[in-house]
Parts: sequence; structure tokens; C-alpha cells
Amino acid sequence: MNHSPTASRNHGPLPPTGNQVSSNTATDQTLIIEGTGCASCVGKIEKALMAVPGVQTAEMNFANRTVQVQGRAATELLVKAVEQAGYNARPMAGESLSDALDEKEQADLAYYQKLMRQTWVALALGVPLMIYSLVVGEMTVTTTVERIVWLVVGLLTLAVMIVSGRHFYVGSWQSFKNHSANMDTLIALGTGTAWLYSMVVVFAPDAVPLMARHVYFEATAIIIGLIDLGLALELKARGRTSEAVKRLIGLQAKTARVIRDGEELDIAIEQVLLNDLVRVRPGEKIPVDGEVREGHTAVDESMLTGEPMPVEKSTGDKLAAGTLNKTGTLVFKATRVGKDTALAQIIDMVKRAQNSKPPIGRLADAISAYFVPVVMIIAVLSALTWLNFGPEPAIAFAIVSATTVLIIACPCALGLATPMSVMVGVGKAAEAGVLIRNGEALQTASKISAMILDKTGTITLGSPKVTDIVTQTGFKQDQVLQLAASLESGSEHPLALAIVESAKERNLTLDKVESFNAIAGQGVEALAVGQALLFGNEKLMRERGIDVGEFIETAQHLASEAKTPMYFAVDGRLAAIIAVADPIKEDSIAAIKRLQKNGIRVVMLTGDNRATAKAVAEKVGISEFFAEVQPADKANKVAELQMQNEIVGMTGDGINDAPALALANVGFAIGTGTDVAIESADITLMRGSLHGLADAIAVSKATLRNIKQNLFGAFIYNVAGVPVAAGVLFPVLGVLMNPVIAGAAMAFSSVTVVTNANRLRLFKAQEH
Amino acid sequence: MWLINIAGLALIALIVWWFWLYKPQEVALNEQGLLVVVENGGYTPANIQVPANTPVNLTFLRKDASPCSEVVLWPGLDISQTLPLNKPIQVALPALKAGDYAFHCQMQMYRGALHVK
Repeated sequence: MNHSPTASRNHGPLPPTGNQVSSNTATDQTLIIEGTGCASCVGKIEKALMAVPGVQTAEMNFANRTVQVQGRAATELLVKAVEQAGYNARPMAGESLSDALDEKEQADLAYYQKLMRQTWVALALGVPLMIYSLVVGEMTVTTTVERIVWLVVGLLTLAVMIVSGRHFYVGSWQSFKNHSANMDTLIALGTGTAWLYSMVVVFAPDAVPLMARHVYFEATAIIIGLIDLGLALELKARGRTSEAVKRLIGLQAKTARVIRDGEELDIAIEQVLLNDLVRVRPGEKIPVDGEVREGHTAVDESMLTGEPMPVEKSTGDKLAAGTLNKTGTLVFKATRVGKDTALAQIIDMVKRAQNSKPPIGRLADAISAYFVPVVMIIAVLSALTWLNFGPEPAIAFAIVSATTVLIIACPCALGLATPMSVMVGVGKAAEAGVLIRNGEALQTASKISAMILDKTGTITLGSPKVTDIVTQTGFKQDQVLQLAASLESGSEHPLALAIVESAKERNLTLDKVESFNAIAGQGVEALAVGQALLFGNEKLMRERGIDVGEFIETAQHLASEAKTPMYFAVDGRLAAIIAVADPIKEDSIAAIKRLQKNGIRVVMLTGDNRATAKAVAEKVGISEFFAEVQPADKANKVAELQMQNEIVGMTGDGINDAPALALANVGFAIGTGTDVAIESADITLMRGSLHGLADAIAVSKATLRNIKQNLFGAFIYNVAGVPVAAGVLFPVLGVLMNPVIAGAAMAFSSVTVVTNANRLRLFKAQEH
Repeated sequence: MWLINIAGLALIALIVWWFWLYKPQEVALNEQGLLVVVENGGYTPANIQVPANTPVNLTFLRKDASPCSEVVLWPGLDISQTLPLNKPIQVALPALKAGDYAFHCQMQMYRGALHVK
């Protein structure tokens, strides 16, 4: 049997995705092969691997230089086999998410240090040159000595361009070959133009007018230094935008203590197999999802659900990876491992959502696609305008304006505006136990004007209890309950469960029923010990010709107390009325008030009778409600509100509400702890509290506000910066913008965007 | 002067043609799949031809440490993938109808297109 978490995902010869989990004795591993020069190596490597005991298949992909191995074999043996065949190999996907994260952080740190080194090298030349130009004056070439000095400086600048700015030039050339242009293109063209012009002045001063014999080496060096610095700062700030995912990944235990063949072994969590028995001691994290087999404890699930109270767990209860065992020792059976655990799915969902774009970002995307070539065209037009109409030295003005236009334009600020805010916003929501599916859901949630709440399990706890049994003469309470419970034992309706539970509490033995029939939205019927049993609402009784007149008043009274009265008939005669009540969650009233305070029209839906619905609605402060709504009609109610031009949010348990959740502008599935139905809705609330709704709406509003600020800033920066750089203010001020200033502005514009997005990290959902 | 003006206008025409009008060569997906290298500010190959109505797997290898290259997105398909450094990673694409599907980094500085035919 194949328990590998990677097994079900891999199709064909290509390697599995890097975030998949395999282990060093896993059934599916991928190795990266180094030192292969020709396709003939393929057979040799595959043969060497097939010779390793336990290997079933080995398929090499020469294009990727990877080999996929199936079978139970230690990674070290596989690596050794490849080495003996004359090549080098290293495991590719044999790492946990936290290992991948560590690697990413190390790579980011190394890149940051490299950028800072490049910055210092560039500024070490640029800053003294700039000081010289400010103190001594114009950097012009008039004498032979000046020519020699500036030639040396020019060569030093070239060295800076190679050491500190190589990535801009290589990147721009690469893009150019692909018929695309990016930020590198602008930097390379801007600094390249300034340097080339300066070298022309140095080598052939006579080719340019006397007044225009100016060199711009300091601009080239400083711009490269500043933009490297900007990239380094942006990298640091970006690291903070993914803190929420880091925290989630950090919840994973590194090892697990499994019991195999009666022996306890500490192994890496990637090696835990399905159905393994796992022991967890007090204070330890639950390593994989499972079901308790032995022991009793309290588990802190707050890190996943936001629910502060520890949850009691004993035999049969479900456990989620990443939660914390507080008090007792447990033995549990692993039911989901690797990428299948709820935590891994949550991480995956958050990461996917962080990378998705809300519609608001589409305009910026459309502009980004044309941005760089348009800026290049503006630079050419600006230079031509100066050459044709500018004062002397026109060529110097033309070069400065073209360079400044190229340097100041910042496509990155525009491109970063939306994704950075989404990264932080979605992560922030996840911290509050709110899982947002994608950018579109995030944006729409900020505009919700009406919220439909399903009553059972959403406003109420969803675990009803029998509160009253009123019997007809000739029937006893226990007798009625025993028969009703026998009848309902075949049903999975929450009200049925309440009746069966109540019978169990009274130690009543249930009878076997025959010919069970559920009448949708009305009740159930069956035969038991020769009696025809009928249980359901008033409509059902009337349809079957059973007189309920005697109990009408009682039913109305019970309903007015937010209880659900149901009629029970035996052999066509009314026997009793059984009332069931579903307690309202203790924070529902406050959460509903919070939604209403934000101007949201709150509407309640329920399949319950009107009187019960009215009583519950009144208790929680909802004035608008729809009672006796069949599951199929819930979607119609959503459509009705949409017809009234409302942006509708629908909240349900995600099971029988699926059509309504799908039709709503935003569907919210309210979770029960860590057992989340992630696939069912646009937004999943991990904890049962309705405060999650208000939190989700608040975080989406804050994120959208942040995106708008970023987009506005980036648009204004470019729309104002480019014309100023081209010299539109020259007729008024008589000066052109210095390219160095443009470089500084460009470098810090994207840092500003990321920093503004990071402000969202301080967002706190209001009251609880 | 008119020579410079003509040269300038020719340069603009060249920019328009090179970046917007030119149809770049497409690299077809073969049986072994296709490796897209993310390096030096771009995807190589950037224009990929894949068959219509067939799910395909593309393997990305990010060699560029720049954070811009970290994520590849197919905005039209709601697909995204974080690319680890120096490790091939597979992106599974569903069966697609004929058409062009752009992919790019978060900031749209690295750009490519999937040409489904």
C-alpha cells in the first residue's frame, strides 16, 4: 500500500512539486542529477538506481536533470548509487515546509547581503564624485588632464556597472531578447545612456558643444547604488509580508513518536504513515491529523481556530496537526499526513490566496504590460523636444531629461501595490481564523451590504436538546420518547439526533423500525412494533388528517420561547408534542450587533417554523427573517436580496447550503474547530463564532483601503514624476531634475509601497 | 537636425514593433515536458506552445535570487506557484481551450505566455 503523500499527485515523468513532502525512505523521491552531459547518461543512471534494493522504478527526465524514483529505498543509498555511476545527485523534494522556509530565508539573506555589498561598492564611487561636483562645481571636460582623469573615473564607473549593476544589464538584455521590457530595461538604458554620453565627451569632446561637455559618471554610480539599496530594503520588507504563513508553518512539529510493532520511535513527521499510532505527551504539538485511541486531554487549538478555550479530547475525538496537547498523554491513529493535514491545507490555501489578485489590481496589471515601452517612447520624445526646442546646451538637456525619465519611472511600485497588500491582508485574516479563498473574495467581502445567516449551527450551536415532552392522555413521556427515538434513529437531522440523545440519557432501549420514510422538510414516518409512527410538523399532521387542534396553543407557546415543537402521532392518533431547542451561541448577539453597526443588513434564514424563528431573531436582534425555508429555497432568498441590489454574503455550515453559498456574492462556511470544509466557500471561518464574519469584513475593508492607497501613490508618483523628469517644469523653474534625485525617488517608491502594505500587520479586529 | 528627428521617430517605431507587434517564436512542449528557467529577469522560454484540451505539466527552475522571480502566476486561470531557488518545481495546468494565457511574476516584470493551439 502506498502511503506516500506524493504518490497521488505525480503523473508522468516530470518531478513532483517542491512543496510536496517526501522522506528519506519514502515511496516517491526525486533527485537532482548533476554532471550529466548527454542523453546517454539516462540509461546508466536509471540502471544504477534500479539496482538499489527496494527501488521499483527509476525514470530520468534529461531535460530537467531530475530522476524520479519509486519504491522503498533510503535516499542516501540512491545518492550513492548515482555517484558510483559517475554523477552527482541530491534529493529534491525531501523536505518539510519548514525546511523549505529556512532555505528561502537563507537565500533571501544571502541575496540581501549581496545587494548591500553592491550598494556600498557603487556608493563608494558615486558619493565622493557627487560631493566633488557640489563642492568644486561642474564636472566638465575642457583640458587634456581633465580628459585623462575623467577617463579613469569612467573606467571605474564601468567597473561599478559590472560589479554592482550587472544584473540590470543582463536582465534587460534577456528581456529584450524575449521582446519584453522591465524595470531592468529602464535602469540599464538610463545609466547606460549617461555613461555612454560621458565617455563620448571624454573621448571626443569636440563632437559635442563646449557647454555640453559634462560627464555624468556620478549619476550612473549613485543610481545603481540607490536602486540596489532600494531592492535590498524591499526584500527585507517583503519578508515581513509573509509572516502569517511563516507562523503557520512554524506550528508544525518536526518529529513524531510513533508506535510500530510495539516499539516507540521518534521520527521526522514526513515519515509518519497513514494509520500509524502516535503518542503525544503533555506540552507537545500534535504532529499529524488523527483520531484519539487512548487517553484524555485538553488541546489548545487557538493557533488554528482563534478559539481561546482548550478543547477536551478523548477516545474517538479528532485531532489536528499543529495544535498543542496541554494536559494528558494521548495515543492516536494518524488519519491525515503530509500535505493532507488540515494545517497543510490551510497553509496551501493561504499561500494560494496571497498570490491571487483582486479585480481592483487589474487596471494596474493592464498598465504594467505597456508601461516600460511607453516610458521608453516618452524618453525619446523628451530628448527630441529638448534637441529641437531646448536652450543650449540642448544635447546635454536632452541626455539628462531622457536619462531622468527612464530612471524615475517605477513599474515596480505599480506592480507591487496590490499583491503586497493582499499578502499581508490574507495572512492577517488567517491569524484570526478566517481563510479567504482568493483576491476576488477578499475584495467582494469589503463591499457586502447584506448578510444572510442560517439559524441552525450559525447563530445557534447546532446541537439541539429536547426541552419539553407534552403527552396526550394515555401516553407516558418515556414511552413517547422511546418510540420517537426509535423512529428518528434512522435520520441524521440535528433535531433527530437530539431526540435519540435524550432517549439514551434516559437509558431507553430503542426498537427496530421498518419502512422508514423521510418526507423532505416535513418529518419522518416508519413502522415499529406493529405501530405506525409519524413525527413532524403541523403541515405533515394536517396532510395525514391528524387533528392537532388540542396542541396548537402549546405549540405556539413553545415556539415563542425559541423552541421547535414537533408533533408525534401513533397509529393515526396524536400522542405528544416534543419540543427541541438549539441554544444560541453566547457571542452571536454581540457579533450580529457588530455587523449591523457597520451598516450591514442582517437577515436570518431557517427551516424552522415562524414562531421559533421569530423568537430567535428577536433574541439576537434581527428584525428581518425568513422561516420554513426549504434547503433548496435558500438560494432563492439570496437571489431575492441580490435583485434588491444588495451585495449578499451567505453564511452556512457549507453542507446543505452549498447552492446558496455558491450563488451569494461571498459564501462564508462556518467551521467547527479544525475540521474545516475548506473547499466549500469563498471564506471559511475556522471557529464557530460569528465574530469571524465581522473580522473577515473588517480585514477585507482594511486591505482594500491599503491597496487603494498603494495604487493611488504609485499612479500619482509615475504620472507626476515622468513629466517632471522630462522637464515640463523647466519653463517655470529653469532647472531640470537631477537624475540622482530620480534614482533615489525610484528606489524608495517601491519600498514605500511595501512598507505601507506592512502597516496592515498592525490591523486588529475590533471587539470580541 | 531633421536626421536626428527621423532617427528618433524610427527608434519609437522600432520600440513599438519590437515590444508590441513582433510575434516571438514559440517553443513547443515535448513528451518529456518542458523546463522553464527563471533567470536574469525573464523566463526562458517565455513563449510556450501547448496542445489544446490536454492537461500539461511545466517545470520551472528558478535560478534568479531576486524576490521578483519568486512567484509565477496565471491570472486568467487563478493558478500561482511559489518557486524555490535552484530547485525544479512542477506546475500542473488543466486542459485549456485554444488561446493565449499570459503568465508573469507578481509585478509583471517577468512575462511569458502559454499559446494553446
